[in-house]
Amino acid sequence: MIRQYYPILIESLQVVLVLLGGPLLVGWVRMLKCWTQGRRSAGLLQPMRDVTKLFVKETVLAENASWIFRSAPYVVFGATLMAGAIIPVVSADLPLAATADIIALVSIFALARFFTALAGLDTGTAFGGMGTSREMMVSSLAEPAVLMSVFTVSLVSHSTSLSFMVHELTTVQFILRPSLAFALLAFILIAIAETGRIPVDNPSTHLELTMIHEAMLLEYSGRHLALIEWASMMKLFLFASLGIALFLPWGIAGIDDPAMLPIALVAIVIKLGLIGVFIVLVETGLAKMRIFRVAEFLGMAFLLASLGMLSYFILE
Amino acid sequence: MPSPFELVSASIIVFLCISLVSAILANHQQFLVKLSNALSAAACLLAAFGGFLTVLSGSVETFILPIGLPDMPFYMRLDALSGFFISIVGLLGFFVSVYSIGYLKGFLGRRSVAPLLVFYNIFLAGMLLVLLSDDAYFFMISWELMAVSSFFLVFFEDEKVPNRRAAFIYVLIAHVGAVLILLSFGIMAGFAAGFESFHGYTFSAMRMAEMPAVWASIAFILAFAGFAAKAGIIPLHVWLPEAHPAAPSNVSALMSGVMLKTAVYGIIRVGFDMMGTPQWWWGGLVLALGLVSAVLGILYALMQSDIKRLLAYSSVENIGIIFIAVGLAMVFAYMKLGTLAALAMAAALYHMLNHAVFKGLLFMGAGAVLHATHERSMEALGGLIHKMKWTAPLFLAGCLSASALPPFNGFVSEWLIFQSFLLTPALPGRLLNLLIPLGAAALALTVALAARGFVKVFGITFLGQWRGRHDTHVAEVDWPMRAGMIMAALSCLLLGIFPNHVIGWLDAVPMSLVGGGIGETAKASGWLWLTPVAAERASYSAPLVFVWLVLVIGVLYFIFRARGVSIRRAPAWDCGFEKMTNRMQYTATSMSMPTRRIFGFAFSIREAVTVVSRRGSSLFPEKYLYRLKVRDHIWNFAYKPVSEASFWIARRVGKLQHGRIQIYLLYSFITLVVLLVFS
Repeated sequence: MIRQYYPILIESLQVVLVLLGGPLLVGWVRMLKCWTQGRRSAGLLQPMRDVTKLFVKETVLAENASWIFRSAPYVVFGATLMAGAIIPVVSADLPLAATADIIALVSIFALARFFTALAGLDTGTAFGGMGTSREMMVSSLAEPAVLMSVFTVSLVSHSTSLSFMVHELTTVQFILRPSLAFALLAFILIAIAETGRIPVDNPSTHLELTMIHEAMLLEYSGRHLALIEWASMMKLFLFASLGIALFLPWGIAGIDDPAMLPIALVAIVIKLGLIGVFIVLVETGLAKMRIFRVAEFLGMAFLLASLGMLSYFILE
Repeated sequence: MPSPFELVSASIIVFLCISLVSAILANHQQFLVKLSNALSAAACLLAAFGGFLTVLSGSVETFILPIGLPDMPFYMRLDALSGFFISIVGLLGFFVSVYSIGYLKGFLGRRSVAPLLVFYNIFLAGMLLVLLSDDAYFFMISWELMAVSSFFLVFFEDEKVPNRRAAFIYVLIAHVGAVLILLSFGIMAGFAAGFESFHGYTFSAMRMAEMPAVWASIAFILAFAGFAAKAGIIPLHVWLPEAHPAAPSNVSALMSGVMLKTAVYGIIRVGFDMMGTPQWWWGGLVLALGLVSAVLGILYALMQSDIKRLLAYSSVENIGIIFIAVGLAMVFAYMKLGTLAALAMAAALYHMLNHAVFKGLLFMGAGAVLHATHERSMEALGGLIHKMKWTAPLFLAGCLSASALPPFNGFVSEWLIFQSFLLTPALPGRLLNLLIPLGAAALALTVALAARGFVKVFGITFLGQWRGRHDTHVAEVDWPMRAGMIMAALSCLLLGIFPNHVIGWLDAVPMSLVGGGIGETAKASGWLWLTPVAAERASYSAPLVFVWLVLVIGVLYFIFRARGVSIRRAPAWDCGFEKMTNRMQYTATSMSMPTRRIFGFAFSIREAVTVVSRRGSSLFPEKYLYRLKVRDHIWNFAYKPVSEASFWIARRVGKLQHGRIQIYLLYSFITLVVLLVFS
């Protein structure tokens, strides 16, 4: 009986994990950041409190906003949650993982971004357009780099389906491959850009010269803002999990392996915790780049990822 | 029950009759617009149905039309490949004809629409004849019919100088291409039946011909160059961004959506069907040029601020993507990898179908904007979503498809192309092995840049506030136009959600060309899952993605509705800046500024800022004038020298001309004397 419903249980567990994990990871990063900067932190649960507060607040819409502006938060949230149902976090046994393989996953994130970008233009303000223009510049360079980086992994694992990739990578004996090293480096660079962290973007700035992602969201308030904020927290969590699933999958429970689950849970918490430490070290150590340096940064990521795929074809 | 061939030929006859009737009824414009377009729509449906049935059954029908030169009748053939293209022509032709009922009303009272209708129907008939013809002679006649009728369509609004120039460049390049195709047919016919005989001109004779590899390659290169000129592959694309915007929007929809595909049809027909097995480097060449066109096409598209020009450049990009898939299919077919070749071929065909539908939709949408605002430049548009409540979401559907976003159709075909890249095994030849990862990288870049371009098109045109100086009266377009766009948008969605059915249908084409198919494996895990090779390799379920999005959005929306928290409207906050005007919004030019800066090396950019001040002192500037001119390098490098050289030669030769009859008689006399001496 339980065996029959096991995949569905795992899927539900996964969705709950993603929904809660996003704010918790962001809370952890902020907490660490406060400590490294010698401030007192607001606690692990503060992002969750922020989101709940936004949900009960009144929503104010700009006069010129159309239905695009109002529907964008829902699309962004729906698409991000869909990605959350696909990326294996604790177990590869996800029935929904077959819905979208890794290429479709990148496109689902692109769908969310497409609507955020349109929402930025919708109100007809100067900052909204600026945010859209910059965000699309970053993404038009980051997205191909993401694709190239995951392609390398899928060439190694002979699949583009995430749960099969994880299964393949965990069961096959580990070999150090130069292509994967390139892909990992590129992935780290892009994950920083895609989730809007320093040195590419700063999620806590509202300074016109430096905003990218935030500039598009300036006009949002209330539950719309809550949905978008929650989705962007989930996105950070998902990119971290995606990196883990592709490059450090050891510990994720394989297909039909419920006994691994507790270990998998502990493993993911440790890995995400370490990723949080890494993010904080980068963010405290580096300053935000000038906007046109970002292009060079992402161009480098794209080149690295392409080199990874090239070295797979030439060397391996 | 008539056979598919009868259906298609009936539709051709109907088209020719309509064009005759349109010429006769030129005095009853209002009636003519309705009658002619309604009949065209019906004929298109007929053709589409015929093509659909042919592909479904995989049947082959041949027919000999006993007209033409003595002893050289016209051969016609309807097989799965031509059936597939005929159904694309019919499908988009149907949408566009319905749309034209409303669109052409905009010309009434300004100019006669009779020429437009006459050539519109000849154009449709010409495309169908190209797809049906089975000998070189008839093919060239149909090809010219298509080219010349579309020339007159581009020429329709001939009072504008750019339109005349566009039509001239178009007809020039079309004819250079036609000559190359003719030469290629000449080589093939020569090897089919010897250079003394005329009987090698049928395609069936060319299929049988044994050609030495060198001559086969020369024939292929000639045909490829000729067809690439028609398809708008870079560097032969210069006519495309001139001609497509110049034509009326319903014609641009057909030209971009369908006419370019006939060129791809030609390449597939020659490369796979008539030549037998392709050589490996043919595929490499097609792939490489496809990559160049895809990346440069979308980069040029990003620079445009004229909607229709932008869409035209995006067609260059999409044709590039189709060529990438065709090139991959050629490489795989050479290596005898039946399944992979079938996968790449199915991806190419699927993308052609998708591009026809979404580009048709986008051009129809651009036409609707043009119809409502009389403005093509995005810099003067904005905020149309409030005034055009139907066109905006329909255009958005087209943008989502063109940006390859799930669950729309563009995504499925590009996903299939990515899959064929990832399934590529080690290839012979270091160059090819290098081309595969580079190709995947370029395609990934293209897809991402396309999304950027379409955010710009939709965002600047439909969102924000009106950018023009005067708030003109803008009204939503009428029902026939909406109906055409609604049907196209629905097809975008349906083609995206039910890929298995589409692939199962078009499977007969790769079956007949490369001897393999993916229809069975694609639906091996049920209709819900698209698994091109195996479920462990890759899977995608468009219906589930769609249902999930609808479900999550619906549930969230109703939760908030039930709680009944109010929404208040207020002026935009914009970080607290006051007195925002519509002139402070981002424009099309400023949206593309980062791209101009990052990819500046691909263009020749001239930028100038002049300060205008009343007192002649720059300390009190009155206004700033910003001039920007962006061109692609190719015009300067490849075309300008040729055109200058031909003018130079023309001037030299022109010196012979004096306008005096005595001198001309003298020329004739000298010529005769010279001929007599040497004979």
